[in-house]
Amino acid sequence: MNNSSKLTEYTAPTETDQETETWALRLYVAGETPRSVAAFANLKKLCEEHLPGRYQIEVIDLMQNPQLAAGDQIVAIPTLVRKLPEPLRRIVGDLSNTERTLVGLQLRPAKSGQ
Amino acid sequence: MSKAAKSRTPANRGLAKAPTGIQGLDEITGGGLPRGRPTLVCGSAGCGKTLLAMEFLVRGATQFDEPGVFMSFEETVAELTENVRSLGFDLDELTEQKKLAMDFVRIERNEIEETGEYDLDGLFVRLNYAIDSIGAKRIVLDTIETLFGGLSNVSILRGELRRLFRWLKDKGVTAVITGESGETGEGMLTRHGMEEYVSDCVIQLDHRVTDQMSTRRLRIVKYRGTTHGTNEYPFLIDEDGISVLPVTSLGLQHESSAERISSGIPRLDSMLGGEGYFRSSTVLVSGTAGSGKTSIAAHFANDACQRGERCLYFAFEESAGQMQRNMRSIGIDLAPWVKQGLLHVHASRASIHGLEMHLATIHKLVRDFQPRVVVIDPIGCLAAVGTRQDASIMLTRLIDFLKMEEITALLTSLTSGDKSLEQTNEDVSSLVDTWLLLRDLELEGERNRVINVLKSRGMAHSNQLREFLLTDHGVELQDVYLGAEGVLTGSARLARESTEKAASLLRHQEIEAKQRERELKREALEARIVVLQKEFEAEEELAKRVIDQEQSREETNKQDRDRMGISRQGDKVLRDVDPTVRSTKTPRSRP
Repeated sequence: MNNSSKLTEYTAPTETDQETETWALRLYVAGETPRSVAAFANLKKLCEEHLPGRYQIEVIDLMQNPQLAAGDQIVAIPTLVRKLPEPLRRIVGDLSNTERTLVGLQLRPAKSGQ
Repeated sequence: MSKAAKSRTPANRGLAKAPTGIQGLDEITGGGLPRGRPTLVCGSAGCGKTLLAMEFLVRGATQFDEPGVFMSFEETVAELTENVRSLGFDLDELTEQKKLAMDFVRIERNEIEETGEYDLDGLFVRLNYAIDSIGAKRIVLDTIETLFGGLSNVSILRGELRRLFRWLKDKGVTAVITGESGETGEGMLTRHGMEEYVSDCVIQLDHRVTDQMSTRRLRIVKYRGTTHGTNEYPFLIDEDGISVLPVTSLGLQHESSAERISSGIPRLDSMLGGEGYFRSSTVLVSGTAGSGKTSIAAHFANDACQRGERCLYFAFEESAGQMQRNMRSIGIDLAPWVKQGLLHVHASRASIHGLEMHLATIHKLVRDFQPRVVVIDPIGCLAAVGTRQDASIMLTRLIDFLKMEEITALLTSLTSGDKSLEQTNEDVSSLVDTWLLLRDLELEGERNRVINVLKSRGMAHSNQLREFLLTDHGVELQDVYLGAEGVLTGSARLARESTEKAASLLRHQEIEAKQRERELKREALEARIVVLQKEFEAEEELAKRVIDQEQSREETNKQDRDRMGISRQGDKVLRDVDPTVRSTKTPRSRP
């Protein structure tokens, strides 16, 4: 609910923010599994393509830091959390479906709108 | 684990159990939930799943030294803490003491985009972290099915849940998983078929409303590898948490006491073999409206308190105050006993709860108050709440329970006028040990109460009807008039008694008169006998005197003759005569 109201009220600033602001992304994995490796690779590729130079990826391995899972309400692995720009978004899975990942990161509608 | 190993008996050697500490549930399950395995608790919304799960954890942490993890998928930690505070569970304190760890898992579908393959390792990590942080032995997942609402890939979810339960088993924690009942009820206990994964123990909770009465029930659907009660058991949620009524663990194994206790009415005691009721027996007082059932009950309660025993009095018709006032009018003052804490009057309308709730309430109060004597006045009110069959089952359970606790119970029952008197509406007659029947006899324009002992097991009881009087100093029993005209009571008895008295007085007087007359006759007779005797004696005396005179005269003649002979013939005759003279003299002087 908060998300939608924020979106409607601050459409213009959000769009400008998305253009200039640095994106803070957090990828939660649990150990170096093929799936987490694939997810990281997919994310990296996507960011290079759509957010060159203004993204930051933090990989959190829950095997090492299990206490961090509760904070971002992590259930599924891998989970990508968009910390910035707000609102917070969660994308679950290995990010192999680029189209859905872009929608999840709200890169797709913003792009097509311009 | 060591605790469970110790508590193992040959009877449940097969399966270690984790006691829940929930009143009654451990009795039904034969010791608790399967240790180190998951248990599914399912039921519709608001039936008490979360509470049962929470109590399992809290009791485990506080009573059995087994820390627990509560993973909530529906309510936040703050909400949960608030909700169970009313039950006296302080989750904050337990968390601080590292006896409890809580984690709220929030999944919102609209915040989550799914792209490609994933698993639930995040959940595993969180669970594992929580378990390890406090060394948890117990875990609750409430309600894990929420995952199906947040994540759309059902096949992944199913696979992961299977893995989760296997993992929990490997971890050796005793888990409670809650699940909401499906609305359609296609043979599934929960919406997403959780019973498919949790196959060791399934408990179903139910919150049913029949005739506008709500009743909570609990049933063990299955419990692999152990025997368990299979019935539906009513349970209660109150300020002490959940209490389940382990009704079928009761049976006919109760000890029977030879001790006798007074009914509080001396004459009634004498009708009951002279000594009153048996201790821990069940007494039924049935009768028509206004026949004095409550008075008999009050006498019994009063007497118990006088002996210093605690008495629990369930009043379903009158308030405690009203009952006490009414009993004061027949000279029974119960107020001091209430003040001393010997008497507890629990007054409530029967219609406020369903039957099971009443049973559970009675059960709980008995456990808390520990009375020796229980009065339920009347049981008919309870029977009116449910169906006849329900009521009779419930009363059987109740009576069995009271017997097991060695409590002497007095139940009153209202018999409606149009039915046979020797039959109760509740079909409990075969369950009770002593049955007092009160009834009204209508005769010559008035009604009077009579009482008789219909049955009383194990004692030589009176078979007589007694008139039952309510006086200002309590109940009094009177002999009824039995005569050619049948049984008479009340004024008729009094009238009959006074005519009888008059008649008997008259008879008495007649007898006295006759006796007097006979006495007189005898006296007259005796007087006459005396007179005759005197006459006879007088005559006898006279006769004797005449004889004496005659004899003396004859002697004189003889002497004269002798003297004449001597003078005529000389010595010869004198020698012959001399001895004769001496001998005649001697006998005469002798008498």
